[in-house]
Amino acid sequence: MEPLLKLLEENALTSPEILAKRLNRPVDQIIKDIKRLEDEKVILAYKAIVDDEKANRQTVSAVIEVRITPERDGGFNRLAARISKYPEVTSCFLMSGGYDLLVFVEGQSLKQVATFVSEKLSTIHGVLSTATHFMLKTYKEQNVLLAGEDHDERLKVSP
Amino acid sequence: MTAPRNFVADHVQAIPRSGIRDFFEIVQSMSDVISLGIGEPDFVTPWHIREAAIFSLERGRTGYTSNLGLPRLRRSISRYVQKHYHVHYEPMTEVLVTVGVSEAMDMCLRAVLNPGDEVIFHEPCYVSYSPSIALAHGKAVSITTKVEHQFKLRAEDIRAVLTPRSKVLILNFPTNPTGGVMTREDLEPIAALVKEHDLLVITDEIYSELNYTGHHVSIASLPGMRERTIFLHGFSKAFAMTGFRIGYACAPVALTEAMMRIHQYAIMCATTMSQEAAYEAIERGEHEMVEMREQYRMRRNFLVASFKDMGLPCFEPQGAFYLFVPIASTGLNCREFAVRLLEEEKVAVVPGNAFGPSGEGFVRCSYATAFDQLEIAVERIARFVKKLKTV
Repeated sequence: MEPLLKLLEENALTSPEILAKRLNRPVDQIIKDIKRLEDEKVILAYKAIVDDEKANRQTVSAVIEVRITPERDGGFNRLAARISKYPEVTSCFLMSGGYDLLVFVEGQSLKQVATFVSEKLSTIHGVLSTATHFMLKTYKEQNVLLAGEDHDERLKVSP
Repeated sequence: MTAPRNFVADHVQAIPRSGIRDFFEIVQSMSDVISLGIGEPDFVTPWHIREAAIFSLERGRTGYTSNLGLPRLRRSISRYVQKHYHVHYEPMTEVLVTVGVSEAMDMCLRAVLNPGDEVIFHEPCYVSYSPSIALAHGKAVSITTKVEHQFKLRAEDIRAVLTPRSKVLILNFPTNPTGGVMTREDLEPIAALVKEHDLLVITDEIYSELNYTGHHVSIASLPGMRERTIFLHGFSKAFAMTGFRIGYACAPVALTEAMMRIHQYAIMCATTMSQEAAYEAIERGEHEMVEMREQYRMRRNFLVASFKDMGLPCFEPQGAFYLFVPIASTGLNCREFAVRLLEEEKVAVVPGNAFGPSGEGFVRCSYATAFDQLEIAVERIARFVKKLKTV
Protein backbone atom coordinates (compact mmCIF):
# COMPACT_ATOMS: atom_id res chain seq x y z
CA MET A 1 0.00 0.00 0.00
CA GLU A 2 2.84 2.37 0.89
CA PRO A 3 4.31 2.80 -2.65
CA LEU A 4 0.84 3.52 -4.02
CA LEU A 5 0.27 6.21 -1.38
CA LYS A 6 3.62 7.75 -2.16
CA LEU A 7 2.88 8.00 -5.85
CA LEU A 8 -0.50 9.58 -5.15
CA GLU A 9 1.10 12.03 -2.74
CA GLU A 10 3.49 13.03 -5.49
CA ASN A 11 0.75 13.45 -8.05
CA ALA A 12 -2.84 12.60 -7.22
CA LEU A 13 -3.83 12.94 -10.87
CA THR A 14 -1.82 9.90 -11.97
CA SER A 15 -4.28 7.53 -13.64
CA PRO A 16 -4.83 3.99 -12.31
CA GLU A 17 -3.48 2.62 -15.62
CA ILE A 18 -0.18 4.42 -15.18
CA LEU A 19 -0.01 3.56 -11.48
CA ALA A 20 -0.53 -0.08 -12.40
CA LYS A 21 2.36 0.00 -14.87
CA ARG A 22 4.69 1.71 -12.45
CA LEU A 23 3.92 -0.65 -9.60
CA ASN A 24 3.73 -3.72 -11.79
CA ARG A 25 0.22 -4.64 -10.60
CA PRO A 26 -3.17 -5.13 -12.26
CA VAL A 27 -5.27 -2.01 -12.85
CA ASP A 28 -8.42 -3.26 -11.14
CA GLN A 29 -6.39 -4.02 -8.02
CA ILE A 30 -5.09 -0.44 -8.00
CA ILE A 31 -8.61 0.96 -8.40
CA LYS A 32 -9.81 -1.21 -5.53
CA ASP A 33 -6.91 -0.17 -3.30
CA ILE A 34 -7.51 3.52 -3.94
CA LYS A 35 -11.19 3.11 -3.17
CA ARG A 36 -10.33 1.36 0.08
CA LEU A 37 -7.82 4.04 1.08
CA GLU A 38 -10.48 6.65 0.47
CA ASP A 39 -13.16 4.70 2.34
CA GLU A 40 -10.88 4.15 5.31
CA LYS A 41 -10.01 7.86 5.29
CA VAL A 42 -6.33 7.08 4.86
CA ILE A 43 -6.56 9.43 1.90
CA LEU A 44 -8.36 12.48 3.25
CA ALA A 45 -8.57 14.70 0.19
CA TYR A 46 -6.99 15.60 -3.15
CA LYS A 47 -6.01 19.22 -3.65
CA ALA A 48 -3.98 21.47 -5.92
CA ILE A 49 -0.96 23.32 -4.57
CA VAL A 50 -1.23 26.87 -5.88
CA ASP A 51 1.36 29.61 -6.20
CA ASP A 52 -0.77 32.45 -4.80
CA GLU A 53 1.50 35.11 -6.19
CA LYS A 54 1.21 33.81 -9.74
CA ALA A 55 -2.53 33.33 -9.30
CA ASN A 56 -2.66 36.98 -8.30
CA ARG A 57 -4.30 36.24 -5.00
CA GLN A 58 -4.12 38.67 -2.13
CA THR A 59 -4.36 35.93 0.48
CA VAL A 60 -2.85 36.68 3.88
CA SER A 61 -1.41 33.80 5.88
CA ALA A 62 -0.28 33.70 9.46
CA VAL A 63 0.94 31.20 12.02
CA ILE A 64 -0.24 31.71 15.54
CA GLU A 65 1.35 30.27 18.65
CA VAL A 66 -1.42 29.64 21.12
CA ARG A 67 -1.08 28.80 24.81
CA ILE A 68 -4.13 27.11 26.30
CA THR A 69 -5.19 25.55 29.61
CA PRO A 70 -5.51 21.79 29.46
CA GLU A 71 -8.82 20.44 30.76
CA ARG A 72 -9.27 17.75 33.34
CA ASP A 73 -10.91 15.23 31.05
CA GLY A 74 -9.56 15.73 27.56
CA GLY A 75 -6.27 17.56 27.92
CA PHE A 76 -5.85 19.81 24.97
CA ASN A 77 -8.07 17.91 22.57
CA ARG A 78 -11.44 19.58 23.05
CA LEU A 79 -10.07 23.08 22.81
CA ALA A 80 -7.85 22.19 19.83
CA ALA A 81 -10.81 20.64 18.01
CA ARG A 82 -12.87 23.72 18.71
CA ILE A 83 -10.21 26.04 17.32
CA SER A 84 -9.75 23.79 14.28
CA LYS A 85 -13.41 24.17 13.33
CA TYR A 86 -13.06 27.81 12.29
CA PRO A 87 -12.87 28.00 8.48
CA GLU A 88 -10.03 30.55 8.78
CA VAL A 89 -7.87 27.83 10.36
CA THR A 90 -6.13 25.74 7.67
CA SER A 91 -4.04 23.56 10.00
CA CYS A 92 -3.68 23.07 13.73
CA PHE A 93 -1.00 21.13 15.63
CA LEU A 94 -0.30 20.31 19.28
CA MET A 95 3.31 21.20 19.96
CA SER A 96 5.99 20.53 22.52
CA GLY A 97 7.92 23.52 23.87
CA GLY A 98 7.00 27.07 24.80
CA TYR A 99 3.42 27.05 23.57
CA ASP A 100 0.72 24.45 23.03
CA LEU A 101 -0.95 24.87 19.65
CA LEU A 102 0.45 26.03 16.35
CA VAL A 103 -2.43 27.34 14.28
CA PHE A 104 -2.20 28.20 10.58
CA VAL A 105 -4.69 30.81 9.48
CA GLU A 106 -5.62 32.24 6.10
CA GLY A 107 -7.69 35.29 5.26
CA GLN A 108 -8.46 37.82 2.54
CA SER A 109 -6.72 40.71 4.27
CA LEU A 110 -4.53 41.59 7.22
CA LYS A 111 -7.54 43.04 8.91
CA GLN A 112 -9.58 39.89 8.51
CA VAL A 113 -6.89 37.75 10.12
CA ALA A 114 -6.33 40.30 12.89
CA THR A 115 -10.05 40.37 13.62
CA PHE A 116 -10.16 36.59 13.77
CA VAL A 117 -7.33 36.53 16.31
CA SER A 118 -8.56 39.34 18.51
CA GLU A 119 -12.28 38.66 18.40
CA LYS A 120 -12.54 34.90 18.02
CA LEU A 121 -9.38 33.01 18.91
CA SER A 122 -8.19 34.95 21.94
CA THR A 123 -11.64 35.23 23.45
CA ILE A 124 -12.16 31.46 23.62
CA HIS A 125 -12.34 30.37 27.23
CA GLY A 126 -9.10 28.50 28.01
CA VAL A 127 -6.90 30.42 25.56
CA LEU A 128 -4.21 32.10 27.66
CA SER A 129 -2.22 33.94 25.01
CA THR A 130 -1.54 34.20 21.27
CA ALA A 131 1.47 35.33 19.25
CA THR A 132 0.71 35.97 15.58
CA HIS A 133 3.36 35.84 12.82
CA PHE A 134 2.39 36.93 9.34
CA MET A 135 4.00 35.16 6.41
CA LEU A 136 5.84 37.42 3.98
CA LYS A 137 6.94 35.19 1.14
CA THR A 138 6.67 31.52 0.22
CA TYR A 139 9.79 29.68 -0.91
CA LYS A 140 8.61 26.11 -0.58
CA GLU A 141 5.07 24.82 -0.24
CA GLN A 142 4.30 21.21 0.63
CA ASN A 143 7.56 19.92 -0.85
CA VAL A 144 7.33 22.08 -3.96
CA LEU A 145 10.05 24.70 -4.46
CA LEU A 146 8.42 27.85 -5.83
CA ALA A 147 11.58 29.06 -7.50
CA GLY A 148 12.68 26.07 -9.57
CA GLU A 149 16.26 24.97 -10.06
CA ASP A 150 18.26 25.33 -13.26
CA HIS A 151 18.43 21.92 -14.74
CA ASP A 152 17.92 22.52 -18.41
CA GLU A 153 21.59 22.60 -19.31
CA ARG A 154 21.66 18.84 -19.16
CA LEU A 155 23.07 17.21 -22.26
CA LYS A 156 20.39 15.68 -24.43
CA VAL A 157 22.38 12.55 -25.23
CA SER A 158 25.23 11.10 -23.23
CA PRO A 159 26.77 7.63 -23.01
CA MET B 1 55.98 26.27 -47.17
CA THR B 2 54.81 22.71 -47.10
CA ALA B 3 51.72 21.74 -45.15
CA PRO B 4 52.52 20.44 -41.67
CA ARG B 5 52.62 16.68 -41.43
CA ASN B 6 49.89 14.80 -39.58
CA PHE B 7 50.86 15.19 -35.94
CA VAL B 8 48.19 12.90 -34.51
CA ALA B 9 49.51 9.63 -33.12
CA ASP B 10 48.57 6.55 -35.15
CA HIS B 11 46.80 4.80 -32.30
CA VAL B 12 44.69 7.90 -31.64
CA GLN B 13 43.96 8.34 -35.31
CA ALA B 14 42.77 4.76 -35.42
CA ILE B 15 40.05 5.34 -32.82
CA PRO B 16 36.77 5.68 -34.72
CA ARG B 17 34.60 8.74 -34.19
CA SER B 18 31.99 7.99 -31.54
CA GLY B 19 28.59 7.11 -32.99
CA ILE B 20 26.90 8.70 -30.03
CA ARG B 21 28.58 12.03 -30.80
CA ASP B 22 27.14 12.17 -34.33
CA PHE B 23 23.73 11.44 -33.02
CA PHE B 24 24.16 13.95 -30.21
CA GLU B 25 24.76 16.70 -32.74
CA ILE B 26 21.52 15.97 -34.57
CA VAL B 27 19.59 16.00 -31.29
CA GLN B 28 21.24 19.19 -30.08
CA SER B 29 20.08 21.01 -33.23
CA MET B 30 16.41 20.28 -32.52
CA SER B 31 14.05 21.80 -29.99
CA ASP B 32 11.23 20.28 -27.91
CA VAL B 33 12.89 16.89 -27.91
CA ILE B 34 12.11 14.48 -25.09
CA SER B 35 15.32 12.68 -24.48
CA LEU B 36 15.59 9.09 -23.33
CA GLY B 37 19.19 9.26 -24.45
CA ILE B 38 20.81 10.46 -21.28
CA GLY B 39 23.23 8.35 -19.29
CA GLU B 40 23.00 10.27 -16.07
CA PRO B 41 20.44 10.61 -13.28
CA ASP B 42 17.79 13.27 -13.82
CA PHE B 43 17.75 14.01 -10.10
CA VAL B 44 19.68 17.05 -8.97
CA THR B 45 22.35 16.16 -6.43
CA PRO B 46 20.66 16.14 -2.99
CA TRP B 47 20.92 19.55 -1.37
CA HIS B 48 23.00 18.58 1.66
CA ILE B 49 25.67 17.22 -0.69
CA ARG B 50 25.74 20.40 -2.76
CA GLU B 51 25.80 22.40 0.43
CA ALA B 52 28.88 20.49 1.61
CA ALA B 53 30.73 21.60 -1.54
CA ILE B 54 29.68 25.21 -0.97
CA PHE B 55 30.72 25.02 2.67
CA SER B 56 34.17 23.76 1.73
CA LEU B 57 34.59 26.75 -0.59
CA GLU B 58 33.40 29.13 2.12
CA ARG B 59 35.96 27.67 4.47
CA GLY B 60 38.65 28.25 1.89
CA ARG B 61 39.48 24.60 1.30
CA THR B 62 40.74 25.26 -2.20
CA GLY B 63 44.15 23.60 -2.15
CA TYR B 64 45.30 20.18 -3.33
CA THR B 65 44.49 17.12 -1.31
CA SER B 66 46.79 14.13 -0.95
CA ASN B 67 47.34 12.47 -4.34
CA LEU B 68 45.32 9.51 -3.17
CA GLY B 69 42.46 11.74 -2.01
CA LEU B 70 41.21 13.16 1.31
CA PRO B 71 42.13 10.68 4.05
CA ARG B 72 38.69 10.84 5.68
CA LEU B 73 37.01 10.25 2.33
CA ARG B 74 39.23 7.21 1.77
CA ARG B 75 38.33 5.89 5.22
CA SER B 76 34.64 6.32 4.43
CA ILE B 77 35.04 4.61 1.07
CA SER B 78 36.83 1.71 2.73
CA ARG B 79 33.97 1.32 5.25
CA TYR B 80 31.34 1.62 2.53
CA VAL B 81 32.99 -1.00 0.33
CA GLN B 82 33.37 -3.32 3.30
CA LYS B 83 29.73 -2.89 4.28
CA HIS B 84 28.16 -3.25 0.84
CA TYR B 85 30.63 -5.41 -1.12
CA HIS B 86 32.25 -7.38 1.72
CA VAL B 87 35.84 -6.69 0.70
CA HIS B 88 38.32 -4.83 2.86
CA TYR B 89 40.76 -2.30 1.42
CA GLU B 90 43.26 -0.38 3.55
CA PRO B 91 42.17 3.26 3.32
CA MET B 92 45.69 4.67 3.37
CA THR B 93 47.29 2.37 0.80
CA GLU B 94 44.61 0.61 -1.25
CA VAL B 95 42.04 3.29 -2.05
CA LEU B 96 42.62 5.93 -4.72
CA VAL B 97 40.11 8.74 -5.34
CA THR B 98 39.83 9.54 -9.05
CA VAL B 99 38.12 11.93 -11.45
CA GLY B 100 35.17 9.62 -12.06
CA VAL B 101 35.37 5.97 -13.00
CA SER B 102 36.41 7.10 -16.49
CA GLU B 103 39.76 8.28 -15.20
CA ALA B 104 40.07 5.22 -12.99
CA MET B 105 39.49 2.89 -15.95
CA ASP B 106 42.03 4.71 -18.12
CA MET B 107 44.55 4.75 -15.31
CA CYS B 108 44.28 1.10 -14.41
CA LEU B 109 44.52 -0.03 -18.04
CA ARG B 110 47.62 2.09 -18.53
CA ALA B 111 49.05 0.76 -15.27
CA VAL B 112 48.78 -2.91 -16.20
CA LEU B 113 49.03 -3.23 -19.99
CA ASN B 114 52.15 -3.86 -22.02
CA PRO B 115 51.75 -3.22 -25.76
CA GLY B 116 49.77 -6.06 -27.31
CA ASP B 117 48.31 -7.42 -24.09
CA GLU B 118 44.77 -8.57 -24.63
CA VAL B 119 41.82 -7.21 -22.69
CA ILE B 120 38.58 -9.13 -22.76
CA PHE B 121 35.33 -7.24 -22.21
CA HIS B 122 31.66 -7.93 -22.74
CA GLU B 123 29.63 -6.05 -25.31
CA PRO B 124 27.23 -4.17 -25.73
CA CYS B 125 29.04 -2.02 -23.23
CA TYR B 126 29.89 1.48 -22.17
CA VAL B 127 31.47 3.42 -25.02
CA SER B 128 34.89 4.02 -23.48
CA TYR B 129 36.21 0.51 -22.92
CA SER B 130 37.49 -0.28 -26.37
CA PRO B 131 39.10 3.17 -26.97
CA SER B 132 40.66 3.18 -23.49
CA ILE B 133 42.24 -0.22 -24.20
CA ALA B 134 43.59 1.07 -27.51
CA LEU B 135 44.96 4.23 -25.86
CA ALA B 136 46.79 2.01 -23.38
CA HIS B 137 48.27 0.04 -26.32
CA GLY B 138 46.29 -3.06 -25.48
CA LYS B 139 44.27 -5.23 -27.80
CA ALA B 140 40.51 -5.17 -27.25
CA VAL B 141 38.78 -8.56 -27.39
CA SER B 142 35.02 -8.35 -27.14
CA ILE B 143 32.50 -11.01 -26.21
CA THR B 144 28.88 -10.50 -27.18
CA THR B 145 26.37 -10.96 -24.38
CA LYS B 146 22.97 -12.05 -25.59
CA VAL B 147 19.42 -11.28 -24.63
CA GLU B 148 18.62 -15.01 -24.46
CA HIS B 149 21.20 -15.24 -21.63
CA GLN B 150 19.79 -12.13 -19.92
CA PHE B 151 22.90 -10.29 -21.14
CA LYS B 152 25.06 -12.26 -18.68
CA LEU B 153 28.67 -13.11 -19.39
CA ARG B 154 29.39 -16.84 -19.44
CA ALA B 155 32.69 -18.52 -18.59
CA GLU B 156 32.58 -20.65 -21.73
CA ASP B 157 32.44 -17.52 -23.89
CA ILE B 158 35.54 -16.19 -22.17
CA ARG B 159 37.32 -19.50 -22.57
CA ALA B 160 36.70 -19.37 -26.32
CA VAL B 161 38.68 -16.14 -26.74
CA LEU B 162 41.60 -16.84 -24.38
CA THR B 163 45.11 -16.68 -25.84
CA PRO B 164 48.57 -16.60 -24.23
CA ARG B 165 48.37 -12.77 -24.42
CA SER B 166 45.09 -12.53 -22.46
CA LYS B 167 45.75 -10.43 -19.38
CA VAL B 168 42.70 -8.49 -18.24
CA LEU B 169 38.96 -9.11 -18.02
CA ILE B 170 36.71 -6.06 -17.69
CA LEU B 171 33.34 -6.59 -16.04
CA ASN B 172 30.53 -4.06 -15.78
CA PHE B 173 27.47 -5.37 -13.98
CA PRO B 174 24.80 -3.99 -13.80
CA THR B 175 25.59 -3.17 -17.41
CA ASN B 176 25.14 0.03 -19.33
CA PRO B 177 23.30 -0.29 -21.79
CA THR B 178 21.60 -3.67 -21.23
CA GLY B 179 20.69 -3.67 -17.53
CA GLY B 180 22.13 -7.19 -17.20
CA VAL B 181 23.33 -8.33 -13.76
CA MET B 182 25.38 -11.25 -12.45
CA THR B 183 24.58 -13.34 -9.37
CA ARG B 184 27.15 -15.11 -7.22
CA GLU B 185 26.41 -18.32 -9.13
CA ASP B 186 27.04 -16.53 -12.42
CA LEU B 187 30.33 -15.08 -11.17
CA GLU B 188 31.80 -18.21 -9.59
CA PRO B 189 32.75 -20.05 -12.82
CA ILE B 190 34.22 -16.81 -14.16
CA ALA B 191 36.32 -16.36 -11.02
CA ALA B 192 37.55 -19.96 -11.36
CA LEU B 193 38.55 -19.36 -14.97
CA VAL B 194 40.28 -16.09 -14.11
CA LYS B 195 42.35 -17.83 -11.43
CA GLU B 196 43.12 -20.78 -13.69
CA HIS B 197 44.47 -18.47 -16.40
CA ASP B 198 46.06 -15.94 -14.05
CA LEU B 199 44.03 -12.96 -15.33
CA LEU B 200 43.37 -9.60 -13.70
CA VAL B 201 39.77 -8.43 -13.37
CA ILE B 202 38.82 -4.77 -13.61
CA THR B 203 35.29 -4.55 -12.31
CA ASP B 204 33.37 -1.34 -13.01
CA GLU B 205 30.56 -1.38 -10.45
CA ILE B 206 29.27 2.15 -11.02
CA TYR B 207 25.65 0.94 -11.21
CA SER B 208 25.85 -1.53 -8.32
CA GLU B 209 23.52 0.43 -6.01
CA LEU B 210 20.95 0.37 -8.79
CA ASN B 211 20.53 -3.39 -8.72
CA TYR B 212 16.83 -4.17 -8.43
CA THR B 213 17.33 -7.78 -7.36
CA GLY B 214 18.60 -6.50 -4.03
CA HIS B 215 21.63 -8.82 -4.05
CA HIS B 216 24.55 -7.23 -5.79
CA VAL B 217 27.69 -9.37 -5.56
CA SER B 218 31.14 -8.09 -6.45
CA ILE B 219 33.59 -10.54 -7.97
CA ALA B 220 36.22 -9.00 -5.67
CA SER B 221 34.48 -10.64 -2.72
CA LEU B 222 34.80 -14.19 -4.07
CA PRO B 223 37.56 -16.36 -2.54
CA GLY B 224 40.99 -15.62 -3.98
CA MET B 225 39.76 -12.75 -6.13
CA ARG B 226 40.69 -9.69 -4.08
CA GLU B 227 44.36 -9.96 -5.03
CA ARG B 228 43.59 -10.13 -8.73
CA THR B 229 40.84 -7.52 -8.95
CA ILE B 230 40.72 -3.76 -9.33
CA PHE B 231 37.40 -2.58 -7.97
CA LEU B 232 36.13 0.62 -9.57
CA HIS B 233 33.24 2.64 -8.27
CA GLY B 234 32.07 6.22 -7.98
CA PHE B 235 29.43 8.67 -6.88
CA SER B 236 27.92 9.71 -10.21
CA LYS B 237 25.01 7.30 -10.56
CA ALA B 238 24.09 6.30 -7.03
CA PHE B 239 24.21 9.80 -5.58
CA ALA B 240 23.31 11.74 -8.75
CA MET B 241 26.70 13.48 -8.79
CA THR B 242 27.89 13.11 -12.40
CA GLY B 243 29.23 16.66 -12.70
CA PHE B 244 31.27 16.38 -9.50
CA ARG B 245 33.47 13.79 -11.24
CA ILE B 246 34.42 11.60 -8.30
CA GLY B 247 35.20 7.92 -8.56
CA TYR B 248 37.60 5.55 -6.87
CA ALA B 249 39.78 2.54 -7.48
CA CYS B 250 40.41 -0.08 -4.79
CA ALA B 251 43.14 -2.64 -5.32
CA PRO B 252 45.98 -4.43 -3.55
CA VAL B 253 48.93 -2.17 -2.63
CA ALA B 254 51.16 -2.98 -5.61
CA LEU B 255 48.41 -2.19 -8.11
CA THR B 256 47.27 0.94 -6.27
CA GLU B 257 50.88 2.13 -6.19
CA ALA B 258 51.19 1.58 -9.95
CA MET B 259 47.97 3.50 -10.67
CA MET B 260 49.08 6.21 -8.31
CA ARG B 261 52.22 6.80 -10.42
CA ILE B 262 50.01 7.75 -13.34
CA HIS B 263 47.40 9.61 -11.34
CA GLN B 264 49.90 11.82 -9.49
CA TYR B 265 51.51 13.07 -12.70
CA ALA B 266 48.43 13.22 -14.91
CA ILE B 267 45.83 14.52 -12.46
CA MET B 268 47.55 15.37 -9.16
CA CYS B 269 44.37 14.88 -7.17
CA ALA B 270 40.61 14.84 -7.69
CA THR B 271 38.88 18.21 -7.23
CA THR B 272 38.90 19.14 -3.57
CA MET B 273 35.38 20.55 -3.23
CA SER B 274 34.01 17.52 -5.06
CA GLN B 275 35.79 15.23 -2.62
CA GLU B 276 34.16 17.16 0.24
CA ALA B 277 30.78 16.65 -1.40
CA ALA B 278 31.53 12.96 -1.91
CA TYR B 279 32.38 12.62 1.77
CA GLU B 280 29.00 14.09 2.71
CA ALA B 281 27.27 11.77 0.21
CA ILE B 282 28.87 8.58 1.46
CA GLU B 283 28.42 9.49 5.12
CA ARG B 284 24.86 10.82 4.98
CA GLY B 285 23.39 10.24 1.54
CA GLU B 286 22.31 6.62 1.56
CA HIS B 287 18.73 7.41 2.40
CA GLU B 288 18.20 9.50 -0.74
CA MET B 289 19.99 6.92 -2.81
CA VAL B 290 17.45 4.29 -1.78
CA GLU B 291 14.62 6.70 -2.64
CA MET B 292 16.06 7.34 -6.09
CA ARG B 293 16.44 3.61 -6.70
CA GLU B 294 12.75 3.09 -5.94
CA GLN B 295 11.86 5.82 -8.40
CA TYR B 296 13.98 4.18 -11.08
CA ARG B 297 12.39 0.81 -10.36
CA MET B 298 8.89 2.19 -10.91
CA ARG B 299 9.92 3.93 -14.09
CA ARG B 300 11.46 0.70 -15.32
CA ASN B 301 8.23 -1.16 -14.62
CA PHE B 302 6.30 1.48 -16.52
CA LEU B 303 8.59 1.39 -19.55
CA VAL B 304 8.78 -2.42 -19.72
CA ALA B 305 4.97 -2.65 -19.59
CA SER B 306 4.58 0.13 -22.14
CA PHE B 307 6.96 -1.42 -24.67
CA LYS B 308 5.23 -4.73 -24.25
CA ASP B 309 1.91 -3.02 -24.99
CA MET B 310 3.28 -1.56 -28.20
CA GLY B 311 4.47 -4.95 -29.42
CA LEU B 312 8.16 -4.53 -28.60
CA PRO B 313 8.62 -6.83 -25.61
CA CYS B 314 12.08 -6.49 -24.08
CA PHE B 315 14.35 -7.95 -21.45
CA GLU B 316 13.44 -6.61 -18.02
CA PRO B 317 16.64 -4.94 -16.87
CA GLN B 318 17.73 -5.92 -13.36
CA GLY B 319 20.00 -2.95 -12.83
CA ALA B 320 21.19 0.49 -13.99
CA PHE B 321 18.57 2.77 -15.60
CA TYR B 322 18.39 1.65 -19.20
CA LEU B 323 16.06 -0.45 -21.28
CA PHE B 324 17.69 -2.15 -24.26
CA VAL B 325 14.80 -2.48 -26.66
CA PRO B 326 14.93 -4.89 -29.65
CA ILE B 327 13.59 -3.03 -32.68
CA ALA B 328 14.50 -5.42 -35.54
CA SER B 329 10.82 -6.41 -35.88
CA THR B 330 10.04 -2.88 -37.09
CA GLY B 331 12.14 -3.51 -40.21
CA LEU B 332 14.52 -0.66 -39.42
CA ASN B 333 18.11 -0.81 -38.24
CA CYS B 334 18.94 0.89 -34.98
CA ARG B 335 20.20 4.11 -36.48
CA GLU B 336 17.26 4.48 -38.87
CA PHE B 337 14.90 3.81 -35.98
CA ALA B 338 16.56 6.41 -33.76
CA VAL B 339 16.82 9.08 -36.46
CA ARG B 340 13.26 8.63 -37.70
CA LEU B 341 11.86 8.55 -34.17
CA LEU B 342 13.70 11.78 -33.52
CA GLU B 343 12.54 13.46 -36.72
CA GLU B 344 8.97 12.20 -36.71
CA GLU B 345 8.14 12.21 -33.00
CA LYS B 346 10.92 14.20 -31.37
CA VAL B 347 12.00 11.50 -28.97
CA ALA B 348 15.71 10.77 -28.63
CA VAL B 349 16.93 7.23 -27.94
CA VAL B 350 20.46 5.98 -28.54
CA PRO B 351 21.12 3.55 -31.42
CA GLY B 352 22.34 0.27 -29.92
CA ASN B 353 25.43 0.07 -32.11
CA ALA B 354 26.89 3.05 -30.25
CA PHE B 355 27.65 0.41 -27.59
CA GLY B 356 29.44 -1.90 -30.01
CA PRO B 357 28.47 -3.69 -33.23
CA SER B 358 26.51 -6.30 -31.27
CA GLY B 359 24.09 -3.55 -30.22
CA GLU B 360 22.65 -3.45 -33.75
CA GLY B 361 18.95 -4.27 -33.65
CA PHE B 362 18.46 -2.46 -30.34
CA VAL B 363 17.99 1.07 -29.07
CA ARG B 364 18.82 2.20 -25.56
CA CYS B 365 16.12 4.08 -23.66
CA SER B 366 17.21 5.71 -20.44
CA TYR B 367 14.62 5.98 -17.70
CA ALA B 368 16.63 8.59 -15.88
CA THR B 369 13.97 11.00 -17.08
CA ALA B 370 11.15 12.62 -15.13
CA PHE B 371 8.01 10.56 -15.10
CA ASP B 372 5.75 13.06 -16.87
CA GLN B 373 8.28 13.18 -19.71
CA LEU B 374 8.43 9.39 -19.85
CA GLU B 375 4.67 9.24 -20.26
CA ILE B 376 4.69 11.59 -23.23
CA ALA B 377 7.69 9.82 -24.74
CA VAL B 378 5.94 6.46 -24.51
CA GLU B 379 2.85 7.83 -26.26
CA ARG B 380 4.98 9.19 -29.06
CA ILE B 381 7.03 6.01 -29.46
CA ALA B 382 3.84 3.93 -29.53
CA ARG B 383 2.45 6.11 -32.32
CA PHE B 384 5.71 5.78 -34.25
CA VAL B 385 5.89 2.00 -33.86
CA LYS B 386 2.26 1.59 -34.86
CA LYS B 387 2.89 3.56 -38.02
CA LEU B 388 5.90 1.37 -38.86
CA LYS B 389 4.00 -1.83 -38.28
CA THR B 390 1.00 -0.84 -40.40
CA VAL B 391 3.07 0.19 -43.42
